[in-house]
Amino acid sequence: MKTQQGSGLKTVLARYGSFGVLFVITLAMSLANKQFLTLPNLINVARQVSINTIIAAGMTFIIITAGIDLSVGSLVALSSCVAMIIIEATGSSLLGIGAGILVGGAAGAFNGAFVAVAGIPPFIATLAGLTIYRGIALIITGGTPIIRFEGGFLSLGQGVLLGVPVPVIIMAIVVILMDFLLTRTTFGAHIYSVGGNVEASRLSGIKVGKVKFLTYVMGGMLTALAGMILMGRLSSAQPNTGEGFELDAIAAVILGGTSLMGGRGTIWGTMVGAFIIGILNNGFNLMAVDAHFQLVAKGVIILLAVLLDRYLKRKQA
Amino acid sequence: MSDNSESKVSDNDGLRAPEGASGSPAGLPAGLSVEGISKGFPGVQALDDVFFSLRRGEVHAILGENGAGKSTLLKILSGALQPDSGRILLDGTEVHLRNPKSASDAGVAAIYQELSLVPWLSVAHNLFLGREKMVGRFVMSPKKLHRKASEVFSALGLSLDPNALAGNLGMAEQQLVEISRAFSRNARFILMDEPTASLTETEINLLFKKIETLKKAGVGILYISHRLEEIFRIADRVTVMRDGKSVYSGLAGELSLPELISTMVGRSIGNHYPKEAVSPGEVLLEAEDGVSGPEGILFTLRKGEVVGLAGLVGAGRTEWARKVFGADPDPEIRLRISGTEVTVNSPRHARDLGLGMVPENRKDHGLISGRSVLHNITITILDWVSRFAIVDRRRQSAVSAEYIGKLSIKCPSDSADITTLSGGNQQKAVLAKWLARRGKIIILDEPTRGIDVGAKLEMYQQMNALCREGKGIILISSDLPELLSMSDRLYVMHERRFVASISREEASQERVLAYASGLNDSQILRNGSEGV
Repeated sequence: MKTQQGSGLKTVLARYGSFGVLFVITLAMSLANKQFLTLPNLINVARQVSINTIIAAGMTFIIITAGIDLSVGSLVALSSCVAMIIIEATGSSLLGIGAGILVGGAAGAFNGAFVAVAGIPPFIATLAGLTIYRGIALIITGGTPIIRFEGGFLSLGQGVLLGVPVPVIIMAIVVILMDFLLTRTTFGAHIYSVGGNVEASRLSGIKVGKVKFLTYVMGGMLTALAGMILMGRLSSAQPNTGEGFELDAIAAVILGGTSLMGGRGTIWGTMVGAFIIGILNNGFNLMAVDAHFQLVAKGVIILLAVLLDRYLKRKQA
Repeated sequence: MSDNSESKVSDNDGLRAPEGASGSPAGLPAGLSVEGISKGFPGVQALDDVFFSLRRGEVHAILGENGAGKSTLLKILSGALQPDSGRILLDGTEVHLRNPKSASDAGVAAIYQELSLVPWLSVAHNLFLGREKMVGRFVMSPKKLHRKASEVFSALGLSLDPNALAGNLGMAEQQLVEISRAFSRNARFILMDEPTASLTETEINLLFKKIETLKKAGVGILYISHRLEEIFRIADRVTVMRDGKSVYSGLAGELSLPELISTMVGRSIGNHYPKEAVSPGEVLLEAEDGVSGPEGILFTLRKGEVVGLAGLVGAGRTEWARKVFGADPDPEIRLRISGTEVTVNSPRHARDLGLGMVPENRKDHGLISGRSVLHNITITILDWVSRFAIVDRRRQSAVSAEYIGKLSIKCPSDSADITTLSGGNQQKAVLAKWLARRGKIIILDEPTRGIDVGAKLEMYQQMNALCREGKGIILISSDLPELLSMSDRLYVMHERRFVASISREEASQERVLAYASGLNDSQILRNGSEGV
């Protein structure tokens, strides 16, 4: 019976780990700056965080299977460029957004095929994707941003519903759906299994390749969705956007307690991780910290957060 | 409870005169000993006031079921774990083994079940891993490395190639490299955890010879094994542990095998192998060995039958079973399952045909580590307990509870991490997932390897129960007595072919080993035990 308590406590503590970090950082930021803990600013933080959270949600699935997707930054650019070209050509935002998300799914399938079918390590397969998708985005736009100030797509990034920014609503829906998918469905159980022990999963009759493949497809589609939001917010599609997004997404996943070795992790944790990064960015900006120093400070804080999390987990293990 | 008094005696002895060890007639000088060691983990008292001593030049075996505390004791002696209370004495002086390095400095070396050689380094380099300075201050001279390694090997009478890559060696040779490493570090005490678990008979003989050599050199050897017969071959003294306590300590041979077993489990086990007679039903499975050439023997499995696969390590039994199960699909292996001819192309396909497999390598191929017992049991039947891919948790836990009860899997709750269970219970969980899927043909590949006597017995009883339900079992085991006792029929494999089919009545260890060694019928008829 004790072990049962132990494992219950373990999950609480594991969660408390990243929540604790989030709490401490929130507290520090609100003490450092009066503007921080105001509703408008918090809503602002949530909006800023939404894109990373959506990408990181897909990344969580992939990392739980012990994979990784380095191509998400480029895919944000590619999907939004394709979407914008279609919108320019047809005038239909819906068609453009549909095409953009389709491109995301296709790129994810491309990554997934190399990982799951060809057996290329995810790091390498998606590193190739990183340059390929960026290249295609530059080719189809001729390297220049496409700017457009009209169309329904703008509301994806700029709209507000009942006082809540549309990106935040989309983020909430994505997080709830992905969490459900991960914790309540056979697909989710298979994802955890494959990450926990790929060979045992295969020998249990799980179609391991299919599971991995699907996580990349889903990751690609979520990344494209984030690309649509970014396009709406910037009123433009930019072939050079999204650089370094993969690092923010991976950082959010890791901060959220997901193991890079696979098998463990939660979507909620990832959202907390994304908020930690978002609050750091926001707080530093409010305090007018030099951007160059911000980069260093952010990296150091991420290291400390992971160390703290690990310390807390080990202590009760 | 005589054991308690013995513990007390050694306690007093230890306090008064550390040099004079307890109740031994030989009166050898005390070596490495522990006094009143306790160690607790969350939810379990792994060691409870344990007394134990290991003298120079003796082999001291520790017996006990899984979870009895043997490995914890070993880890404390090797500095990998720290005791909560109690003392460790080296020749009567208290020592603190804070980590494996300080244990190694004190002359204690441990060889664990999972070997720790670096596979892509040479044998010689592995031998001096971490002590490269012995070979060269900065630049390592390959010649010197080779020479030094050869010196160590010849001192132990081993013929190992120092230039070979460690990863290319067999398990036994790797183990010998580890032993050589311990020896070359002047280890005075070597602790071995299940050293023979994956060795063949010949390799075990070689290992035992080397252990004798070490003994003569004055090295004390602590020996943990589940193979009880070995204890009588090699041990000088025996300590039995149960539930974290040392319950018996004495000279080897004082207790008979059945007495030792009942001391270990705390109850007497009437029949080692409780095989029930069955009347086999219709044919479930027919299969070939899949090797081209003259037509071989056809493998058949009937309802309610246990069919054993015998053979030397490397004879291809596991490989054949994996092909049958579709783990390594092979179009050459055609099966006839309940009359229909099929070629299994994936484990998923096998699952749908009613096959299940408990793989040889439990940790790497059986367990979904880090996940719950529930998850591990129900992983094969998620489609049965879900609607529109949404898992019905109530039905899922009902299935899990059913099999936890049916196989009496001991776990604190179904949400416990599978890796926290004892080996026997892990194995039962791996079996449970196929029973949950209602598999008709169950392949058990070394199902009792590394699990304790009590859990073995339960596994045998499960096999009986499965047979009563009309399932067919293919049993692969390197434990010949187990294989002979639990199988209704046997096939013997030699170089990936079925070379003999033997009924339970005709089967004997000698006969099976003769076939397994490649002798043919006429040779065996002339002289049954030749070549064994």
